[in-house]
Amino acid sequence: MSDSTQHYNFAYLDEQTKRMIRRAILKGLAVPGYQVPFASREMPMPYGWGTGGVQVSAACMVPDDVVKIIDQGADDTTNAVSIRKFFERTAQVATTEHTREATLIQTRHRIPEHPLVEGQILVYQVPIPEPLRFLEPSEVETRKMHALSEYGLMHVKLYEDISQNGEIATAYAYPALVNHRHVFDPSPIPKFDNPKLNHSPAIQLFGAGREQRIYAIPPYTTVKSLDFDDYPFVPGRANQVCELCGADNSYLDEVIVDDEGGRMFVCSDTDFCASRQGLQFSQFSVAPVERA
Amino acid sequence: MYVAVKGGERAIENAHRWLDDERRGDRAIPDVDCLQIEEQLSLAVDRVMAEGAIYDRTLGSLAIKQARGDLIEAIFLLRAYRTTLPRFGHSVPLNTSSMSCIRRVSATFKDLPGGQILGPTFDYTHRLLDFKLLADTETPEALELETDHGDMPRVTDFLNEEGLIQEERKTGKAASDLSREPISFPAQRDLRLQALARGDEGFLLGMAYSTQRGYARNHPFVGELRIGMVSVEMQIPELGFAIQVAEILVSECETVNQFAGSKSEPAQFTRGYGLVFGQSERKAISMALCDRALRWQELGEDYLGAPAQNEEFVIMHSDNIQATGFVEHIKLPHYVDFQAESELVRRLRSRAEGGEG
Repeated sequence: MSDSTQHYNFAYLDEQTKRMIRRAILKGLAVPGYQVPFASREMPMPYGWGTGGVQVSAACMVPDDVVKIIDQGADDTTNAVSIRKFFERTAQVATTEHTREATLIQTRHRIPEHPLVEGQILVYQVPIPEPLRFLEPSEVETRKMHALSEYGLMHVKLYEDISQNGEIATAYAYPALVNHRHVFDPSPIPKFDNPKLNHSPAIQLFGAGREQRIYAIPPYTTVKSLDFDDYPFVPGRANQVCELCGADNSYLDEVIVDDEGGRMFVCSDTDFCASRQGLQFSQFSVAPVERA
Repeated sequence: MYVAVKGGERAIENAHRWLDDERRGDRAIPDVDCLQIEEQLSLAVDRVMAEGAIYDRTLGSLAIKQARGDLIEAIFLLRAYRTTLPRFGHSVPLNTSSMSCIRRVSATFKDLPGGQILGPTFDYTHRLLDFKLLADTETPEALELETDHGDMPRVTDFLNEEGLIQEERKTGKAASDLSREPISFPAQRDLRLQALARGDEGFLLGMAYSTQRGYARNHPFVGELRIGMVSVEMQIPELGFAIQVAEILVSECETVNQFAGSKSEPAQFTRGYGLVFGQSERKAISMALCDRALRWQELGEDYLGAPAQNEEFVIMHSDNIQATGFVEHIKLPHYVDFQAESELVRRLRSRAEGGEG
């Protein structure tokens, strides 16, 4: 343990703060999709860079956890590296790049391609937790709208998209209805990932640090992406296959490879892609972890 | 053959090493000492302490040194440190009437008990570059005059005795703390004042300027501006009385605002209040103007739709640590979202070109 961290508690946050956050998480699990206010702390990384996710992860983390951190689906993006190092330093937990080995996964903008299983926790970093925010800037108003299930404004917006563009023009952070009650923002994941939210065996937790909100989806909860009977939800993905592993069912990143603007498409989930290429993948299944 | 870029970890380590090197600069130039920052850039230290919401001159200087003079970065360092400290309790309200003032001016009375003290101010300096400072020069010491100012009662108290100014109501409740509880709206004045005291000086200055210029017009008099040391006292339950735990430098501004009266109230002056760690009268005055603008409801005024009147707007956007984090986060990777948008735009364009839609 280095000098700069030895004065900090396990996983950085003090136990009182963890207790406060755990209460918010439990409340969130009890009312799926409801945004629970919590007294977000200043973290040693900037707001907007995953402070909500880090606080939720820290509050859930136990020494036996195996932690995976991804950003844009990849373990090696700089902010994912930085957050993984933070937990290695402050909690000395084991880390992994393999979705199947991880007990706790913190993500920004993706849901892993490997189906999650019971016992896993997926923590999302959330910039704007309020799905209605871009329709109504005032928090006082949007809280009222949720309380009254007043989602007409959202449906009008989706309808206007269809009338102007022929389809719903939202490609990521696509709103969905949780447990038939709360419209929620799944964080800026591509809508390709939305179906994975539905009836997931894993616990899904969402942390928005700057906006001081936590919300949750308990395992096996119905999550329905908003749509209309005659314009059903379409997940959508680039009409290509991964040029590294050949997957035709994964979400793809577009990469510019030469000066002529030549493109190639590769899996955004680096662990999924590497395992398909047969690189150093160890068979390992998730064992449930006893949590504090 | 495309190979996915790896090595983020080494890049980060090397970047931070480079950052340290740049902070130190040319090794032929002496390293700046934190004590020099504390003594000679004291107003920067004041700002960092005020918005970092922790009164500690040593840590403020260290943060400025570590942040290479980027004050918002320094404020961030202090905030991230502050949040790890336990909270033992709260002080009794500061008694600023017993402040030992280094500066005290009133714009409403030419003379008043305690007198006016200009103090160490930039006011009335001519903003001409002093090229002598480029060379080592001796700076003469300030004059010490034997004067006894006696007590310095507050201007607003004189107005209050006459009933000319609206009386501040005691709520009897302990002050809230937005660093421990999430904010919800409508917020009470104590919470608003706390948010303003921690708020970005530039943001508050802009908000204050907007109300003074005409967006919810509000052009007050500075009833009183005072800067000086005050005692911080804390009630100790085992002792049954308050003891001094610190002495801190603060700037306090009380504005006297015009008010025409409402249906229920006869005409009276009203108040805005600003209190800031250290010497920062720009911030204290801005804070008082913002505080006054946000009190429209309590004072029975009309909401004119001005930004400075909108509590949610002001409070949710005044924190520079939240603001800088979120604004700057757009430089983080967004490949996935951008890819999703690109697909959508391509699809919409091909549909438009195909004459559908």
